[in-house]
Amino acid sequence: MATIRVLSLILSVLSIITLLWTQSGECNNGRRIGDAVDTDFSGFSVPLEHSFEIDDVPRFRLRGALQFRGGRENGVYLAQNQLSEKDRNTMKDVAAVDGLYRIRVPRVSLQVDRQTERQSEGYITAFVRACSLVESHLSDVITLHTDVSGNVIGISIVTIPGSCRGIEVEDEVDLEVFNTTISVVAPVTAPVPETAPYIERMEQEMEKKGKNPQEQKSFFAKYWMYIVPLVLFLMMSGAQDQSGGGAGGGAGNGGGR
Amino acid sequence: MAWLVVRLAISLSLLYTASAVFEDQVGKFDWREQFIGKVRFALFDTHSQASKKLLVATDKNVFASLNSRTGDLFWRHVDKTGPEGHIDALLMYGQDAVVVVGNGRLLRSWETTVGGLKWEAVLDTGSFQAAALIGVQDFVKYVAVLKKSAISLHDLSSGSQIWVENLPDSDTVQYQTIYSGGNGLVFVLGFVPSSHIVIVEYKIEDGEIMKKKSVEAAWMSSLENSCAVISSGNLLCVDQITQSLYTLPLQSAEHTEMRQIHLQTLDLEVASGFQPVLTSTQPNPAQPPLAEFFLQLSPDHHILLQLKDDLIAPLRDFNPSYLAAFATSGEKTVAAVMTPKNDTACSINLFSADTGRRHLDTTIIYHMDPNGGKPNRLYVHAFLKKDDSVGYRVMVQTEDLTLTFLQQPGRVVWMREEALADVVTMEMVDLPLTGTQAELEGEFGKKADGLLPMVLKRLSSQFILLQAWMAHLWKLFYDARKPRSSVKNEVTIDTLSRDEFNLQKMMVMVTASGKLFGIDSKSGTVLWKQYLEDIQPNSIFKLIVQRTTAHFPHPPQCTLLIKDKDTGLGSLYVFNPIFGKKSHISVPALPRPVLQTLLLPVIDQDYAKVLLLIDDQYKVTAFPSTKNVLQQLQDTASSVFFYLVDSSQGKLSGFRLRMDLSTELIWEVVIPTEVQKIVAVKGKRANEHVHSQGRVMGDRSVLYKYLNPNLLAVITESTDMHQERSFVGIFLIDGVTGRIVHEAVQRKARGPVHFVHSENWLVYVYWNSKFRRNEFSVLELFEGAELYNSTVFSSLDRPHPPQVLQQSYIFPAPISTLEATLTEKGITSRHLLVGMPSGNILSLPKMFLDPRRPELISEQSREENLIPYAPEMPIRTEWFINYNQTVSRVRGIYTAPSGLESTCLVVVYGLDIYQTRVFPSKQFDVLKDDYDYILISSVLFGLFFATMISKRLAEVKLLNRAWR
Repeated sequence: MATIRVLSLILSVLSIITLLWTQSGECNNGRRIGDAVDTDFSGFSVPLEHSFEIDDVPRFRLRGALQFRGGRENGVYLAQNQLSEKDRNTMKDVAAVDGLYRIRVPRVSLQVDRQTERQSEGYITAFVRACSLVESHLSDVITLHTDVSGNVIGISIVTIPGSCRGIEVEDEVDLEVFNTTISVVAPVTAPVPETAPYIERMEQEMEKKGKNPQEQKSFFAKYWMYIVPLVLFLMMSGAQDQSGGGAGGGAGNGGGR
Repeated sequence: MAWLVVRLAISLSLLYTASAVFEDQVGKFDWREQFIGKVRFALFDTHSQASKKLLVATDKNVFASLNSRTGDLFWRHVDKTGPEGHIDALLMYGQDAVVVVGNGRLLRSWETTVGGLKWEAVLDTGSFQAAALIGVQDFVKYVAVLKKSAISLHDLSSGSQIWVENLPDSDTVQYQTIYSGGNGLVFVLGFVPSSHIVIVEYKIEDGEIMKKKSVEAAWMSSLENSCAVISSGNLLCVDQITQSLYTLPLQSAEHTEMRQIHLQTLDLEVASGFQPVLTSTQPNPAQPPLAEFFLQLSPDHHILLQLKDDLIAPLRDFNPSYLAAFATSGEKTVAAVMTPKNDTACSINLFSADTGRRHLDTTIIYHMDPNGGKPNRLYVHAFLKKDDSVGYRVMVQTEDLTLTFLQQPGRVVWMREEALADVVTMEMVDLPLTGTQAELEGEFGKKADGLLPMVLKRLSSQFILLQAWMAHLWKLFYDARKPRSSVKNEVTIDTLSRDEFNLQKMMVMVTASGKLFGIDSKSGTVLWKQYLEDIQPNSIFKLIVQRTTAHFPHPPQCTLLIKDKDTGLGSLYVFNPIFGKKSHISVPALPRPVLQTLLLPVIDQDYAKVLLLIDDQYKVTAFPSTKNVLQQLQDTASSVFFYLVDSSQGKLSGFRLRMDLSTELIWEVVIPTEVQKIVAVKGKRANEHVHSQGRVMGDRSVLYKYLNPNLLAVITESTDMHQERSFVGIFLIDGVTGRIVHEAVQRKARGPVHFVHSENWLVYVYWNSKFRRNEFSVLELFEGAELYNSTVFSSLDRPHPPQVLQQSYIFPAPISTLEATLTEKGITSRHLLVGMPSGNILSLPKMFLDPRRPELISEQSREENLIPYAPEMPIRTEWFINYNQTVSRVRGIYTAPSGLESTCLVVVYGLDIYQTRVFPSKQFDVLKDDYDYILISSVLFGLFFATMISKRLAEVKLLNRAWR
């Protein structure tokens, strides 16, 4: 058992080395091969690492490289290798014991001008159940979250579908290539009280009122005999039969929720 | 025109939502208790014999007048919190009370009868040292205030400044005391540590320095505590190291050094490590102090001494004695001394100050509360009886901030629990069932032992129930004949039982001083109290209800985690929340700082929920940790997740429990602290129920809510405080997977942020630094038109991010705290309870905080009952649930569901405590108080008899017709 573990470690180290080599050389990996090529000079890349182990002790190795383009929004592409035979088997074994599939990226800033002061201490990590990754045939959605100044603060991974139903994945081919959707999400600006449109609307109302005072006046003139008794009735019932009236109101409120 | 119709409809609908207390409902289900805090100064009004006033100034910056006969407040002034409102000194003369506030910033004079401000003077800057009343020719006319570098004299009747003088060499000399013996001179005493004493003599009329001298005193370390002026201007100091008393006549010119009197010559010795304390008394500021004084030699040893003809003679030795105090009535000055009697009681005796002789029949027995603290302050109110002998009452303050007012021979006149002025956290616990209910309940719990015995058992218990019901009916009938006021029966701990609708609960309150209280929520009566000794002043408390009252015969169980703020080391205190008794369950030792606690739904064989405590090495301690629990934990370990927050590094991390109770890190989110810092993290309340899964839209489709019970709301504030660049960050993070569900920034905003996180919404309040106003923002999360998995929610299997709707509003008032109402089943609509600095509690319908409020009204939005968007939030005075019962310095609001779906119990705490019930959707499940039973039953009976009679008549008629 121990020898196998050592062997796997060596293999994983080897695979990292090969990956690093492929990354600097030609990119024959992932879906967006063409895109990945022309990002080489305008942006920068960050390693995306993953780990899935039977004993659930994380041992991260390279999964691919996240390529960022400076400036443009959502300018991120993932260049990644396909899973090796051994990895596929490990993945299936991990899924069988309901282990975790973890990913991590170093803490970086996505703003190009901040690249020089990029601090790389520490990582941010996320996980998904390995079985759901296997059952979704490696279709995952990875989202990188940044804060207002472009620092990556969190990463999330979900698979679609996300459930674990215990379906056997027969075809080995399904577990070869990641079908990844990756995006970068920056915080949205929360709305502030919208006074200007409200005032505008009120002014419009006033204008309308001013335009045809005839109609305005005639509304009450026309319907006063309905409105006044209604109001009176409601006020009386509101004042006298408070709990009864409240029941109606309460049910309305409750239902409306 | 349509607009007008809608407006009318809205105003009509508001007519229904408008709720307020009717005049006759005042005090029916609500109560308020007012507190003052820890007493720092207390003065009895000795101006007239019949006066009942007791003036107090406290550490909560409260200045109040208490009725010394009942303990009630006459009036109370609550000043600003913090050092700005700190009361430095309280002096009283006649009808006037002079107070120095805010480290010598303000000098105020109050009229003591009604508490009106007579005058206020703003003083020059400089840290406050001392204040004293100054008398001239037997008449007190001035008040002197000593600052670090200046002394000023003010007129007592108008507050105008007579003069202000700089103190000589104030950068080297520490001036600490003022003394005046009524002879036209003011002495300011200062010292240079380990060198000499400086005495400066001012003329009262114009502040001219008459004399200045310095006297050698190399042993001196502090003037304030170890020195006192006695007997026509003799400075007396005590020093622990040289074990000596030192005297110096202030006025004489020839004395250039202090006279040393070894304590040994008086056969006295200061206890090692104890700083001896001198207590003198100056009954009238216009006259020199008495020649008698107390010297405290150890925590429980006082001695009464007298200075006569430059000689110090002991009058009486009080060993042992806890506390000693002087009091004056008329011309007589007495000393009251508290001495231990036995383990549970102390006796207080009166001695005449000038001879040390004991007054006969003046013993007051003070019984110490076994669940309380030791007495630490004694305030004496002496008065002259008709036969010209001296009578007295005492007020004892204990470590646990209880004020007890006693009179002879030991009768407790009143008691105030001032620890309740600083409630830290609280819980409400259901009261236990009555004996008969419990009997019935117990029947279901037992194992069956045959058909016949079970039938018999059932019959007997039903019979008991019937009997109880009859007794109840009889009591109702009996009570109904009596006037209402006399029915009110006292609540005691023995008569506690749950009422029909579970409206009465036990409020378990934890106070900052480490005293726990059990309070009946209906009346506000303190039913039990327990003082936990050795609580560090900056401890963090977390109260957890491990077992509710629902598991008869197991008693309910609460656990209090006490954590030191600095070291993080914690300890557990387990108790029964109904009776306040400490539980004898063995508590796990917590050798390492506790980072997080987690109450699992897993229960042990005794129905106690399992509490997990995570230490700084991410090791988990389970409590209770029986075999059964550990087995269950092993089985469920893979689904137990928890999160930790390290706000100093901006790190949020998620962990999963392993089989062997170790943990593994599974996710990490790092919010860089250079940009923003985490100020608060809040999940949802565990006992919250959501009745409807979605909202019905105008077109009859359903918008499903995103109801993630693991969702955490993380609020951050920017480190850049510039008003254009500052922001508040809102992160919604799944606590299991660490997924950031939503991330938003509120630009140009600043804290303090108050927020409520519930159901599928988050409401937060922030300060808009650009427009300088408070704003509300509401976030609602929806899954969309269809649910991903309608049967069960799992954070691990919810791949689609929710839709987030958000809207903001202006709130035209400051806010001190925010909470949401909570009901049993979550059917009732929700209200937000907004605590305001003005002391009002606003019940704001959640309807107004709905991000779907439309800009323009349409047919569909009308169908949905949506209120058209208006940027400003209305504040209606009838929404104030506490009408005129304002709560000072609201710090927290606690809400609890009751047995009635319509009713939510609310406790507001701060300096005061206010309890009430709120009905967010009106009392739709309760008949109103003035429901006309007689009318409805008479109508019913009338109809019944009318039917009977008409039936009879019809029969007769038919018969008659048949005969015809």
